[in-house]
Order: sequence, then C-alpha cells, then structure tokens
Amino acid sequence: MIDYSNFMILQQEAGLMLVFLILLVYDIFGTEASMRWFRLIACGLFGIHTIGGFFSGAAGVAFGGMFISSTMTVFMKNLLNVATLLVLMQAGEWLRTPKLRIREGEFYIITLATLLGMYLMISAGNFMLLYIGIEIASLPVAFLAAYNKYEEHPAEAGAKYILMTALSSGIMMFGLSYLYGAMGTMYFDDLGQQLMIDPMTILGFVFFFAGLAFKISIVPFHLWTADVYEGAPTPVTAYLSVVSKGAACFVLLFTLYHVFGAMEQVWYPMLWGLSVITIMIGNLFALRQKDMKRFFTFSSISQAGYILLGVMPGTAQGMTATVYFILIYLFSNLAVFGVITALENRTQRTDIAAYNGLYKTNPVWAFVMMIAVFSLAGIPPFAGFFSKFFIFASIAERGEYLLVFIALINTVVSLYYYLLIIKAMFIREPDESLREAWSTDQYNKTSLLICGIGILVIGFLSGIYEHIGSLSAGLFT
Amino acid sequence: MMEYTLLIVVIPLLMFLLLASCGRGMRGQLAGWLGSLGMSAAALLSYTAAWHYFTGVGKGEESYQQILACSVEWLRFTDKLHIDLGILLDPISVMMLVVITTVSLMVHIYSLGYMKGEKGFQRYYAFLSLFSFSMLGLVVAPNIFQMYIFWELVGVSSYLLIGFYYTKPAAVAASKKAFIVTRFADLGFLAGILLLSYYTGTFDFAALTAGEGALVAGSMAGVSFMGLSAASWAMALIFMGGAGKSAMFPLHIWLPDAMEGPTPVSALIHAATMVVAGVYLVARLFPVYFFVTPGVLQLIAYLGAFTALFAAVVAITQTDIKRVLAFSTISQIAYMMVALGVSGYSGHEGLGYMATMFHLFTHAFFKALLFLGAGSVIHAVHSNEMSCMGGLRHFLPVTHITFLIACLAIAGIPPFSGFFSKDEILAAAFHHDQFLFFLLWVIAGLTAFYMFRLYYRIFRGEERPYEHTPHESPVSMLVPLGILALLSCVTGFIPFGKFVSSDGSMLVIHPEGMIALAGVVAALAGIGCARFLYRKANDRPAQIATRLHGVYTAAYHKFYLDQVWLFITKKIIFRCIATPVAWFDKHVIDASFDGLGRGTVKLAGAIKGLQSGKVQFYAFVFIVSTLLLTLWAFFY
Repeated sequence: MIDYSNFMILQQEAGLMLVFLILLVYDIFGTEASMRWFRLIACGLFGIHTIGGFFSGAAGVAFGGMFISSTMTVFMKNLLNVATLLVLMQAGEWLRTPKLRIREGEFYIITLATLLGMYLMISAGNFMLLYIGIEIASLPVAFLAAYNKYEEHPAEAGAKYILMTALSSGIMMFGLSYLYGAMGTMYFDDLGQQLMIDPMTILGFVFFFAGLAFKISIVPFHLWTADVYEGAPTPVTAYLSVVSKGAACFVLLFTLYHVFGAMEQVWYPMLWGLSVITIMIGNLFALRQKDMKRFFTFSSISQAGYILLGVMPGTAQGMTATVYFILIYLFSNLAVFGVITALENRTQRTDIAAYNGLYKTNPVWAFVMMIAVFSLAGIPPFAGFFSKFFIFASIAERGEYLLVFIALINTVVSLYYYLLIIKAMFIREPDESLREAWSTDQYNKTSLLICGIGILVIGFLSGIYEHIGSLSAGLFT
Repeated sequence: MMEYTLLIVVIPLLMFLLLASCGRGMRGQLAGWLGSLGMSAAALLSYTAAWHYFTGVGKGEESYQQILACSVEWLRFTDKLHIDLGILLDPISVMMLVVITTVSLMVHIYSLGYMKGEKGFQRYYAFLSLFSFSMLGLVVAPNIFQMYIFWELVGVSSYLLIGFYYTKPAAVAASKKAFIVTRFADLGFLAGILLLSYYTGTFDFAALTAGEGALVAGSMAGVSFMGLSAASWAMALIFMGGAGKSAMFPLHIWLPDAMEGPTPVSALIHAATMVVAGVYLVARLFPVYFFVTPGVLQLIAYLGAFTALFAAVVAITQTDIKRVLAFSTISQIAYMMVALGVSGYSGHEGLGYMATMFHLFTHAFFKALLFLGAGSVIHAVHSNEMSCMGGLRHFLPVTHITFLIACLAIAGIPPFSGFFSKDEILAAAFHHDQFLFFLLWVIAGLTAFYMFRLYYRIFRGEERPYEHTPHESPVSMLVPLGILALLSCVTGFIPFGKFVSSDGSMLVIHPEGMIALAGVVAALAGIGCARFLYRKANDRPAQIATRLHGVYTAAYHKFYLDQVWLFITKKIIFRCIATPVAWFDKHVIDASFDGLGRGTVKLAGAIKGLQSGKVQFYAFVFIVSTLLLTLWAFFY
C-alpha cells in the first residue's frame, strides 16, 4: 500500500498544477476561435481553485520536514490566490490589445507558475526548497516584466530585473551556504533548535535577509523597484507589488520567527532601523513623482516599511497584524492598479495629470480610487486605518513608542502625497482630451467591485482579525 | 405589545433617506406627496398608539404606566455605563407623538402649496422628514443619552431648515445663529448629563426619576461645588440645554432670527416641536427637579415669568408679523415653564405639571395655525411687514376666519382651547405664588393685546395699494388651516387631567370660576385696547410710542440683547481668548507642520540622485548595503 498522505498535504499545490497544466494544453492546442474562451476558462478555473482553497484543510508536515503546511500557510496562500485572481481579471483587457492578443495564454500560465513558486516559498521547511521556490517565483517575473518586449521600457525593466534578481539570489545562496557550513543542516526545525550566534551564522543570516529584502523592496535594497515597476506592464506591476511582495513578507515572518528566533537580538535592531528608513525614503521619493506607477512604487515601498514594523515585534500579535495588513494592502493597492490599468488602456497615459477632473468624467472610478488611496493612507473608516492601527498597537505593545511616533509622522507625510491624487481627481479641471467618459470591461469592473467592498467592509468585520489571530496563535504555542 | 411604535420613528427616517438619495430625480411634487404620505402613516400610527395606550395597554389600576416598547443596547462601555436606544411610552411621550405627527403632517400638506415651484423642493421635504424623525426620536427616548443624540439631530435639522434659502445672507446668518446659540446651551446639557451619570451611573429616565429621585439624591449627596450641591449643578446645567432650545431668556435670541426660514418651517419648529423640547425635558425629569433640587425649579419658575413678560413686551412693538409670532412663542413657552416651576407632585398638587402639558398641547395647534395663517398672508402680499397689510379680510376670507380663531384661542377667550389650558396655568400659579399669578395675569392681557394688534393691522383697517390683488391661497394650504382651526376650537374640551398628570394618576379638573373670570377679563381688556388703537388707522399708537420714547425704542430693539451678546462674543471671547489661541495655532502648530513639509520636500530633492536608473550603481548599493548591515550586525 502506498502512502499518499504526503501528497494530501500538497493539495493546494496540486490544484494549482492542475489548473496550470490544463491552461498550458489549452493554449498549445487552442485555435483562434477557441482562444476566445481562454480568458473565461482561465479565470473560472483559477477562481474555483481559489474558492477551493478556503475549504482546504491541509495541515501537516510532508517529506520529512521539507514541506510544512498549517492553517496559517493555507490562509496565506488563499490571500495570494485572491490577489492573483484580481490581477488576472484586471490584466485581461490589456492582453486583448491587438499586438499582444496572440500571446494571451502565456501571461496566465507564467503568472500561475510564479504563484506555484510562492506556494513553495511559504510552505518550505528547508532552505533548499525555499530557494527553489524563490527562483520559480522570480525568473518568470522577468518574462512578465518584458512581456511587451518590443517596446523600450518593458525590455529595460525585464533586463534590470533579471540582473538584479540574479545578484540578490546569488547573495542569498551565498548566505545559505554559510548557514549550512556552520550548522550542517538546512531544515528549519533543526536550525531553529540549534542555531548559535556566531559570526558565520550572522553572516549567513544577513546575506539571506538581504536577498529577501530585495524581494520586499526594503530600503536600501529597493533601487530596482522604481525602474521595474514603472517599465513593466501595469498588471505585472500590480502583481509584483502585491503578490510577490506579500509572499516574501510571509517567508520573512516564518524564517525570522522560527529559524532565526534565537537571533532576535541581531534582527530586532536591524528591522527597527530598516523599517524607519524604508518608510521615510519611500515617502520622500513618492512626494516628487509625477507618474502614477512610479508614485505607487514608492508608496508600496513605504507600505513595506509598515509591514516590517509588524514583523518586528516577533509576537503572535505582530504576526496577526502583519498578515492583516497585507490582506488590506492587497485590496487597496489592487483597486488603485485596477483604475490605473483601465485608464491606461483608454488613454495610454499613466501620469497624474491624466487624472485631473476624473471625478467629473468618471465619478465611479474616482470614488474607487479615492477610497483605495484613503485606505492606503490609513484614514478611518476605511480598512487601511484598522490595519495600520493594529500594526502600531503591536509595536506599542513592545514599548517602542518612539517608533510609533516616527511612523505616525510619516503617515502624515504620506497623507500629503496621497491627497495630491485626490486633489487632481476632485479639484483640478480635466484637459480637453480627457473629457469623455471611459469605462472598462466586466472583469476589471468585478475586480474593482471586490476591492471596493473589501476596503469598505473588512475593517468592520472584526471576525477576520480574530480569525487571523487564532491562526497565528496556533503557531506560537 | 406596542412594538409598532418603532415605525412612527422609522418611517420619517426612511423617507428622509429616500428623498435625500433620489429626491433630485423626482419630478414635480412627487417628493412632497411622498413625504406627506409617510407622515400621514406616522400620524395614523401615533393616533393608534395613543388610543391603544390610553384606553388599554398603558392603563394600570390607578395610574398610567411607562412601557418600554422596544430597546436595544447600542454601546456598552462598562457594565454600568451603556447606551441603549429604545422607545419609551408614557402619557407625555404619547401625547407628544400625537402633537408632532399632526403638526408635521399639516406642515407637509401646507408646504405642497406654499413651497410649490421653489428651487430645492425635494431637499425641503427631505429636511422636513429628517426633522420629524429627530423630534420623534427625542420624545420617545427612554434615556437621557438617546435624548441628547436626537436633541442634537433636532438642532442640525433645524439648522438646515432655517438656512433653507441658503443664497440669502440673512437666512444663512440666522441658521448659524440658531445653531450656535442652541449648541452653546447644549454644552451645558452635555455637562449636566455627564455630571448626573457620573454620580448615578445610569442614563435611564426611569431609574433617575424612580422613588422621588432617590438615586440622584442618594448618589450625589454631600458633593458640592462653589456652594451649590452637585445635584443642583447637574440639574441646572441640564435645564440650560432646555433653555436654549426653548428660547428662554437670555438664550432666546436665535428664535426671532430663525423666522428667515420658510414659514411652514416656523410653524413646525418654532411653534409645536423643537421649542417645546426644553419644556418636555424638564417635565421628563420633573420628579428629580421637584424632590431633589427645588431651588432649581424655583429658578425655572422665575426665569420663565421674566421671559414671558419680556417677550410679550417686545412682541407689542414688532412690525414684522412673523417676529411678533416669534416673540409670542417665546412668551408662551416661558408661560409653560412657569407652570412647571410652580407645580407640585401627585394629585391636585401636580396641577401645574398637567397645565403645562395641556398648554403645550393646545398651543401647538393654535400657534401652528397662526404661523400657517401668517404664511398664507405672506403668500398673498409678498411681504412680512404690517405696514404693507390691512383690510385683507375681504381678500382672504378663509385665512381671516382661521386666524381669528387662533387669536381668540391664544388670547384665552372661551370656548377656544387656549382658554382652558391658560386657566389651569393661572390656577396653578395662584395656589403657589400670588406674585407669579399676578405677572401671568398681566401677560395674559398683553398677549391678547399684541395678538389683536396683529389681527387688526392685517385684516382690518384700510386696504393698501396692493401691486396686484391679493388672492386666497390654494386648497392644499387652506385644508391644514381648517383642520388646525377645528383643533383649536375643540382641544380645550379634552379632559386632559385624565390622561396626563405628574404622577400618572387620573385627575378630574374643575375650573375655578374666579380665576377663569380674571383671565377672561384680562383678555378682553387686551382685545379692547387693541381694537381702540388699531381698528382704524389713526395716530394714537404713534403718539403713545412718542410719549414712551425710551421704553418703546428699547423694546423695539429687543432691549438690545443681541448687542449685548455680540459684545460678549466679539469683544470678549474673540479678542481675549480666540485670537491668542488662533495665533498659537497659526504660528506654532501650523508653522511646525509647514516646516516639516518644507523640510521633507527639500530632503526629497536632495536624495533624488540615488534613483539614477543605472543598474551597475544599483548593484553597487546592494552589495555595499549588505556589507554594512553585516558589519552592523557584528558590532551592534
């Protein structure tokens, strides 16, 4: 009798693989006529997979500790699923522009491949598997960034991304080799129990951390972000800024707490300093931007700083606040990018001036943008207020009042630049060329509707926060 | 049992939401009809509730009981401190439901004609519904906090209604004034609530008033501040809120200006509903006032008497017909306050309490009728000034008759309703304090005088050279006039003591012949003077005015109270408190944030070179940063 129980723990991965393979075969053998249905089927299948994820009870350890699944990892994967689904829905219209139409399927397949990598990252119980996951999740992104390769900006973005990601992976691998050399194992459990603080492990940790910081765009490892986010197609930017970043944050939570827990005295001050400069530098650069995509690049860097704040306390409460923050960030940021994509598809413009008077021409999209921006800025009663509140509460719990103060000041600064968008939309007069109302397709509308509901409602559903709280409490006992 | 009373409150709210959200798309008078329909539903429910309550559900062995028709916990701070929302039914709240829905319905119907074709017709009806909702929520409040919530809602919606013609600077100023003055008074109310609930640990009316206010007396015993007991402070502060809404001296200044709003609004807000909120509040907490802080009650009585006299004198000199009515309202409300102040508790001792509620009830109808009648006159001649009117009885027969009925009612001529209720007030005062009785008796004469001055100058006397012939108002305006006139005739015969009394028991009231006679004599004397002076155009009034030059001018300028308030606010508060605070805000707080902003922008400019776009440089920074971090980790 063969024991399949290990594979049952991999049920989410298996489901994703299935979707991936079906779409791959469909894309290869699909005719021009049948490809018309590709989008519907892709979103449908992935939607079923997403919904299925909420019923998945896979929890346990597979392959001798190589692969770990818990209710928390399931929840995190569900979050990534939702975000990816929203991105896929937003991307469809852009993918059907005449030039790209012929390669439509590739986008879905490659995106799902990266998502599989992220699954492995989150569930890894061994640095080897984690590294493989990171590579699976990273390399195809270069392809996505350069999806529109005959244009200058995407090509540049792809090239920069592949160069920088190679560098960061190299450094990370270097660090992991030190860890292995010092401890003789790469299993999380063993490392967590035996880790000693000596120069070799510290070196290993810092190098590993630098690689991960690159993914999350923590200052000073963020320099690639602006160029890649700006150059990449907008849906890809959305994907990078939410899904990739979210997955890396989840990995950071697990590794810091469970592998490097003994090293808290090393990483705690490090995160302290990095979170402060990340929030500040992100804010300072965002102030000057004239282009929406670049603008939200720096906004997302600054948001990453807040995520670090949540990671820092090393408590169940911190973990809860972080996951909750990412959940809300997901809806807010994707709402922003959904509107950006829609406008870009119509006008080919992403500068802030293109949003002048949006309220007059398209009140609904202006409204969506407004609540998303307010949520990012953390204004009550939108969800972003609650997520920031919990982050601040978790660091205040550790007695870091100075840090709370700095973060609050930065929230004020961020409010300034977020309000620039509101000002453009509601106060400025639109240019002649922008006067006509535009719309977007049903998929994007649905995704924006979901995001909008998320922003308006999640903050008030205290059950969600409590649910995450119970999940993370489970990991700390 | 009476859960359906919730609908009385909810229907106007839903109507407000409906009209406010999709009113703009509604064509013609649809919004008005919808609003009237909703209000008639609420009115019918109120009548049913009153019937239900007084004939069955509310009736106990000897007295009426309080019924909590529904209640939900809204906020829970601690086990003791929680805020509930609910509906409390007792004789006075049920009576108020009837009054409010009836007058509101009349105003709704009347406005169909009066506001026809006005810009913002839908908005007007939305605000009317909001106001009705707030007022209904106020009277059914089972706890003082809910009352406070709706109290403020009443303030806001009256602000919106007074400022309805927001393009008119005078209306904007009046709405602001009304809001600020009443809000200032509400500050006292809130402080009183906090003080009271801090010691007693409850917001609940039932708990506060139970057992002769024992809870208040017990929990606040021995606490005093500046020579006054804490209970007196609390109850006086709470009364301050009531004085603001009920336009008691010296907080009455907003009411005359509030006449800038549409006239039907004045009929609703400034006759029957919002201005009696203060009386209602004192009545609600009456056992506490009576048993625990009799001193405050005494204060209320004298302040009321002064206000009543003061306002009556001012009313004599005003020439804007709505302002006459406004001061008349101040005077009459103060009349009710006096009656509360002289009332005892239980049985016939509580005559004053019952008289107050009775007068509140009758006054609501005839004062609303007066306002609506004035609206009809203004509709016909397009002016508020008496000097533009005269001899209108030929042109406006229906308005004339109904207005006359209302004048007779307010003057206290039998068998109109005002006679009965005023008689009870006089009787209550007579048995309590002869001086107050005398004052009230004089005021009754003054009331008759200024009302008939108004009547003669509008409807009698010579016809003016009208630009176009005044015409009677449309049916939608006349029907409410007729109904209210009918009510003004018959409501006096209601055996009111059987329904409302201080302790809920059923009283049988016997009119006292001498007092009734004295009241009628005063009224007739007032009417006679008015007839002598104003029936035909002559120079007697002018002569009297010249002879009483100083007094007349002072009264005409409302005894310069507006100027006194302006001096206090502008010269003292603005200059000595607000200006330094504003300076601090501008130069210290704002400046530090400006500095933060400028510094941030500068810093952002200084570091922009980091984002060079060169990938080699990025890699360089990456590696250097990693190494620096490592070094830091080693040596930290």
